[in-house]
This record gives sequence, structure tokens and C-alpha cells, in this order.
Amino acid sequence: MTDDAGVTGAGPVRGRAARAAVRAGLNAGWIELSHCFTMIADAFEILPIPLLSVVILLAVDVKHVHVPGTHFLIGSTLLAGMLILNISVNGLAGMAMYVTLAREDGTLLRAKATPNGMLGLLTGKIVVVSGTILLTVVCLLIVGLAPFGGLAIGRAGTWLTLAWVLALGLLAMLSVGAVLGSLFPSARSGNVMMIGIFGLIGISGIFTPITRLPVWLQWTGQAFPLYWIGLGVRSALLPANLAVVEIGHSWRHLATAGVLGAWAIAGLVLAPVLLRRAARRVTGSSVAARRERAMARAI
Amino acid sequence: MTLKEAGPLPEPGLSRSADPHDEPVIDVRDLRMRYGKADVLNGVSFTARRGEVLVLLGPNGAGKTTTIEILEGFRIRSAGQVSVLGVDPAHGGEAWRARIGVVLQSWRDHGKWRVRELLANLGSYYAPYSSPGASRPWDTDELIAMVGLTEHARKRIRQLSGGQRRRLDVAMGIVGRPELLFLDEPTAGFDPAARREFHDLVHRLADLEEATILLTTHDLDEAEKLANRILIMAGGEIIADGSADELSRRMSTAAEVRWSRDGQRFVHSAADAAGFVRELFRQYGGSVEDLEVSRASLEDTYMALVRQFESGQGAGAEHKFSVVTS
Repeated sequence: MTDDAGVTGAGPVRGRAARAAVRAGLNAGWIELSHCFTMIADAFEILPIPLLSVVILLAVDVKHVHVPGTHFLIGSTLLAGMLILNISVNGLAGMAMYVTLAREDGTLLRAKATPNGMLGLLTGKIVVVSGTILLTVVCLLIVGLAPFGGLAIGRAGTWLTLAWVLALGLLAMLSVGAVLGSLFPSARSGNVMMIGIFGLIGISGIFTPITRLPVWLQWTGQAFPLYWIGLGVRSALLPANLAVVEIGHSWRHLATAGVLGAWAIAGLVLAPVLLRRAARRVTGSSVAARRERAMARAI
Repeated sequence: MTLKEAGPLPEPGLSRSADPHDEPVIDVRDLRMRYGKADVLNGVSFTARRGEVLVLLGPNGAGKTTTIEILEGFRIRSAGQVSVLGVDPAHGGEAWRARIGVVLQSWRDHGKWRVRELLANLGSYYAPYSSPGASRPWDTDELIAMVGLTEHARKRIRQLSGGQRRRLDVAMGIVGRPELLFLDEPTAGFDPAARREFHDLVHRLADLEEATILLTTHDLDEAEKLANRILIMAGGEIIADGSADELSRRMSTAAEVRWSRDGQRFVHSAADAAGFVRELFRQYGGSVEDLEVSRASLEDTYMALVRQFESGQGAGAEHKFSVVTS
């Protein structure tokens, strides 16, 4: 009953329209990504994390500190940690921020008013967030690999593992980020989420081995995808003998794929439902009211 | 539309009549909206025909925005029947969406994008819904020229002035060549020049495209300039319905007669102005000076309607004005 005149057969049209929306989303994502290269302000939005990471790396007297019980420089484990930090913070918080911002500035409403607009919006945002993450990963690797040798970058397995861990991890992070973004009422309350993320980083064994934490915290940490992304990235970059500091002295690839996959599926199922719910609540008048509140806060 | 066309037979499964031109573009019956215990809309009914420019006029809080948001499919009504392009907006799919354009209040999205870039991107969503009768979307450059932004096509959107941004909003609303366009308070915060440009644009749209346009405003002057038909809303009801001319004619039964005699000024309100003036001259003849007879303006009518409605606030007032509703 929702078909329009002159178009025969709803099925093919729906398929073509969905493909057009995905293409438009990819195009939009690419345009927004290119703003990072052409606009200084945008570049500064992305740069701090890799820059800060490099400063921290250089500040630690990495040349002389080894991972206890090995000949492995601690700087290299730090580099792995920075990569994980960047993926998880940008993925989760970046996506959540995009969604809350889209609700506030009218982008979500615009998407609602456009045929298949939500599909295009989500595609675009995934391109932008994963694009910025991959860019910073590449920057970090270029800056970090030279001073801290010992990372296992010569193995083909390294890149293969890195690829599937990044893909699954990004999928989990982005969809969970979209879920969080549609749950939080405003960009401001996103700050609460950042505190949560940093707390999670603390118990996810990213900068200190998780085995040093009390057992109940180890279990809490393992319930979240952050720990498993970290484990996966370490397993790809670090020499095999460093698995000794991990739980069960193993990289646990199967469990990594399982947990990350479960989070990704849960996020992918929930995200469209919650986004639609959030979108239903967004109307012209509510966007105007939100803007007024935001202005009142700014004054 | 009086012209009957021998259109193609309706496809099975489509809920359209044989001749779409006969069907009202918007058909609202006894629309009600309730938030908690507050009734925002108390039985709104109206229709819009193809090519009509309809203005919802009323004070703030009259229910204009709620009505338009229900028609756009952005809000779910509490009760009543609504049909927009033959479809219930609460269940409107993507193909229905493609035939509708929406220009809302206060958008500030996509600030970093360039004007042309954004319109081209938005337009690409509509291409699959193109049909021989309606080629979608608009050609981007043609569209930009139509809203007068050609020299700003490569500018970033956040660098546009308020009036330019609003014209871009309109371009975004019509990029898919909509059969029906909704505009909510389109000129709020405009300076007079921007307002005039905007009015020209709406006229061009209605003439060129034969699009049906529904817009809300609390600006009477704007309603008078743009509308084929004005619906005056107050307290969640439509209290009057007609062209600007009809409304002031039908409502202002009494005209005001002013004159002076022997240096003294007089004012009299008369239902039969001509008869009154005739009588005036018969009695005083040559001593009547400065004679002036004026019918109430639309503004007087509007103010009187809203004031009476608010003081009556309910059943009494409703019946009083039901004469006006055609």
C-alpha cells in the first residue's frame, strides 16, 4: 500500500533504493572523512590521541625497561596498548558521540525525512569512524614501530590476526557505540560514558597485565569486548612467548572470536531498533527545544 | 482538477482510486492528539487538493506543529483518520516518503559540507523512485539556481547567512521533487528582504511544479501573501477555513463608518453600511464631511476570531464559527 504510482513491482525498487542509500552513505562517509584532511579544526579533533600516545611512549624510558622476566622492551607493549586504546575509545565513544550529535543537530531528523535515510546515515557514520580509526592505527604504527623494535611485523599471521581482530572489534565497538548513543539523552551525558570507558580500560589489561588484578575484576574485565580486542592485538603484534602473562598462558583466539562476535551480533541487533526508537522521538519541535537548552547551557 | 484523464488501471494491491487527481492530497478527519492529560488537538478536520497552497495560521500553542508532524509521519496521533497521498502517515513506507518534502524549523546539520555536495548526495536517495511522470531527483545545479544559491554552491554550509541557509533548507526539502511539501514556520527569524525572497520561492514552487504545499505560520501577512486557503487554528481546533478574502468578508459583517459634522468626529459600526450612509446624508446632507467606510482587515478578523475563541474557550465558540468552516 505504500508503493507509488508509475513504479511497477515494489520488490526491485526497494532493493535498488536500499543500494542507492548505501552508496549515498558511503559517499557521505568519504566526504566527511575528507574534511579531516582539508580542515585544520577537524584534523585537531583526531590528532590528539595519536600525538598523546607518542608522547607517552617517548616519555617512558623505554630503551631500558623490559617486561619482567623477558628481554622484551616495555615500550612495545605500550604501543600495543595505545593501538587498543585508540580503537576502543574512538570506536565506542566516537560512534556514540556521532549518534547523540545527529539527534541534536537535526541530522537524524533529516535522515528520517529521506527515503532509506537511516540506512545511509548509519553506513556513512561507520565509514567515518572506522576510517579515522584505521588512519590513527597507521599513524601509530609508523611512528611507533621504528623506536620500539621487537614487534612481530614480519609474520603474515600478524596481519591476518590484526585484520580479523580489528574487523570484529570495530563491528562490536561501533554497534555498541550506536546503542549507547541512542540511549543517552544528550551529548553532555556522554561524558558519563567516557568515565565508564576509562574505568573499563583500567580493568581490561590494556596497560597492565590483567593477571595482576583480583580475580573478580579479571572476570568483570573479560565480560567486555575491550579486553578481547586488546588480547587479539597483543597476540598479533607481540612475540608468542609473551602469552605467559595472559590468563591461561594463552592468546585464546577461539574465545576472542566468540566473545567479540557475540558483542557484535548483540550490537547489530539492538542498534537499528534503538536508533529507530530514538528517531521516533526526534521531531522538529524536539530538535528546536534541545537546541534552546544547549544554548542556555552555553551562556 | 476538473479535467478527467483516462489513466491506467490501478495495479492490484495499490490503495489508490482510478484517477489520482480526484483524491485529496491530504485528508484529515477528527484528528486528536493527547499528551498525558493535555489535549493538544481536539478533532481537526480538513482536506487539501492537488496544487493548493494551504496555510495553517494560529497563535503559538494552537497545535499547528503537532498537526504538521502527524501528517509528516513523525508523530503518532491519538485518534482520528489521516490520509496523506492516499497513505496513513503512521505506516508510510520509503516509497511514500520519497514523494514528500519536509522543511522543518531550525536545522543546523552538515555545517562542514559544501552546498552542492550535500544536495547531490541527498538527491541520490531519490533516484530509484524516479518514474516517467516524475523524474527524481532535481538536477542539482538547476535546483541550486532555483533557490538562488548558484554563487554560493561551493561554499561551506556554516558560512551561509540565515536567509541563505533557509533557502538551502527549502532546496533540501524539495530535492526529491515532492508532490507534497511541508514547511513549518519557514520564515521565523527572517529579515523583510529574506522573507520576500522566500515568498517568491514558494510561489514559484506552487506554479512550476503543481506541488501541494502546507505551511504553518503565526504571521498573518505571510498567510495572506501565500495561501490559496487559510486554516485558522486556536486551542487545538480549526476555527475558520477559507481564502483571505472570504475570511474577512464572511467574518466582518459590520463595517466601520467614520465622518465629521460641524467639526465633531463620529464613528459608527453598521451591518448595512450603504443603508446607513444613505440615511446619514438624508438627515444631514451637505454638513457631512470626511466620510470613510472601511471593512475589517484580515488582521481584525483574525484577532477577533482568536479572541472570541479564547474567551468562549469551548463548545459555544466552536458552534459560533462552524458557519465559517466550509
